[in-house]
Amino acid sequence: MSSITIATLPKEELLAPGHRMCQGCGAAIVMRHLLKALGKDVIIAHATGCVEVTTTLYPETAWRVPWIHVAFENAAAVASGIEAAIKVLKRKGVIDSSKKVKVVAIGGDGGTVDIGLQALSGMLERGHNVLYVLYDNEAYMNTGIQRSGATPIYAWTTTTPAGKVWRGEWRRKKDIISIVRAHGIPYVASVNFAYITDFYAKIKKAAEIEGPTFIHAFAPCVPGWRYEPHLTVKIAKLAVQTGIWVNYEIERGVLRVTTPVPRRLPVEEYLKLQGRFAHLTREEIEAIQRMVDEDVEYINKLVGTVVIGPVERRG
Amino acid sequence: MGRKLLPLSGNYAVAYAAKAVDVDVIAAYPITPQTAVVEKLAEFVANGELDAEFIHVESEHSALSAVVGASAAGARVFTATSAQGLLLMYEIMHIASTMRLPIVMAIATRAISAPINIWCDHSDFMAASDTGWVMLMALNAQEAHDLTVAAYRIAEDPEVELPVAVGYDGFWVSHTVEPVEVLDTDEALKYAPKRRRQYVLDPERPLTMGPLASPEWYFEFRVQLHDAVERSREVILKAFDEFRRNFGRAYRPVDGYYTDDAAVVLVSMGSASGTALSYVEEARRSGIRVGLVNVRQFRPFPEEELYKHLEGAEVVAVVDRAINPGSAFVGPLYSDVALTLFKRGRNIPVLDFIVGLGGRAVTRRDFDEIARRSLTYLGKRMKDVKQHYAFIGVRE
Repeated sequence: MSSITIATLPKEELLAPGHRMCQGCGAAIVMRHLLKALGKDVIIAHATGCVEVTTTLYPETAWRVPWIHVAFENAAAVASGIEAAIKVLKRKGVIDSSKKVKVVAIGGDGGTVDIGLQALSGMLERGHNVLYVLYDNEAYMNTGIQRSGATPIYAWTTTTPAGKVWRGEWRRKKDIISIVRAHGIPYVASVNFAYITDFYAKIKKAAEIEGPTFIHAFAPCVPGWRYEPHLTVKIAKLAVQTGIWVNYEIERGVLRVTTPVPRRLPVEEYLKLQGRFAHLTREEIEAIQRMVDEDVEYINKLVGTVVIGPVERRG
Repeated sequence: MGRKLLPLSGNYAVAYAAKAVDVDVIAAYPITPQTAVVEKLAEFVANGELDAEFIHVESEHSALSAVVGASAAGARVFTATSAQGLLLMYEIMHIASTMRLPIVMAIATRAISAPINIWCDHSDFMAASDTGWVMLMALNAQEAHDLTVAAYRIAEDPEVELPVAVGYDGFWVSHTVEPVEVLDTDEALKYAPKRRRQYVLDPERPLTMGPLASPEWYFEFRVQLHDAVERSREVILKAFDEFRRNFGRAYRPVDGYYTDDAAVVLVSMGSASGTALSYVEEARRSGIRVGLVNVRQFRPFPEEELYKHLEGAEVVAVVDRAINPGSAFVGPLYSDVALTLFKRGRNIPVLDFIVGLGGRAVTRRDFDEIARRSLTYLGKRMKDVKQHYAFIGVRE
């Protein structure tokens, strides 16, 4: 589907080193490669969150592209305004009309699926030419690991601790993709940097398509998910291999799984590396396995063929 | 084209002003009594009379957020709201000012819930008083038009670069049709020319806006905001002066009437000042030594200009259209007026009369009561005042 290979990834770094993101931070990898894929002709509207605070501590900035942060819940609204401004200023001859500028909104899961959902919905529904990127680390990490609507079931967070009564989060992760695709936008895709060429191809496509597009990026969090920094890419890969995360795209309503998984690994392979799931019982792991099985069955049904295969049990 | 005299409501007068200055981006959400402003602007855009992007936002929070983004990208922007809408924008109002974005917003003033009430008072306008915006209050539809045009010149002045709010009373001004002389685009743009600001979002010159500032830096940002608001005083005076020379209508931060020899000076803001003036003229005929100050510029608060009209007063009676329950001042306008006198060592009774909350009419009879009560304090000092405030026209 794409000519991008590891060897041809852009060399230019538009996210400067020296930012304050954690060692092994998944969001940092997302941002670095997102910018490489987008190139220089972008304007970024960023929601409040981990990446925002760790990349722009005044008087320093890690962003080598124009970038604005206003508040937590309004990145999509700010992006809408920027896009409208560019459109009218081009029309009025204030800025060069031949110049292509892509407006990109970035938010974490809290800033997107919770507090920013309304602004996101408005932006998508109005049809702004904006790419929205959700980097999903599955909790409010910036404030110190509180559950969000994107926190997966049974995950420990500081507001869903595992105690005598609670077993971590007890609700399932909000299905943001279904909410987003219900707006009928031209392109929605999920990306996982463990599959980097797929990641690039989708960002490029999402940026090139006119109109609102949406990218859901998997972003493991070292302190929030409680694992060793060197495991970030491994965990990201395991998320796909276990079927917990599916790499797909929905272009003009047509769903395509871009990383088929003929044989799945048990979810336990993914869960056991993360301290946030350390309290799980055998029954709870099995319950998660059943939920993932159901999700996989649903996706296969949508695609019309088995793109994600059955679990291959080891030993 | 030339100037036209049109019968316009305050809302339409504001919409004509936004059209006259050729705004690039409009983002607004409907709320009574502001709605007609954006309806009219939508009509202008729909008919091709105004070339602007009209963003049909899903909330006031997004309305202000969108114009923040558009302004940061270099567009001339407009929004408008009232009451609950303003409160929803409140978070972003502070950000817009410290980010030094020259946004212009019209506020058709309205009471704040609960109970829900769509009618006029100044609760919304006053809630914005600490946001670092320049705040002007129009007396009538003509002023709403003129001040909106002037607001762009003030907001975009390189010495200022601040958002400006233009208030006008909900219904009393927003829905009252008056003859309004409408400025055409050529003369409005000559008065308030568009210019490309130095710092805008542009891939050719990447910059970071809205960073995180630690305790080492945050303080300086806020002091710079304060300094910019202070600098706007001169710019506003110049903008008003130029307006008078171009268009013949003279505006000042405050208007004084009969203050030279007044024993009691009323201080009022908004459309009630018109009623107050009518009362004062009548009272003067009966020999009551009362004067009036109308406050047009609320932020930055024009202490010097106001004090000139209060210097000779024996009693000052502030007329407030909002309350701050439990505060030492009760009426928000009172706090600014009382401090203006206190800072200049004037120890005279300063009284606060709360009127017209939630759209209750403020009448000449109310002003008569206010003046008569105030006259009982002649020759007294502040410490002789047992309770400095009273509610006028409220059920016992």
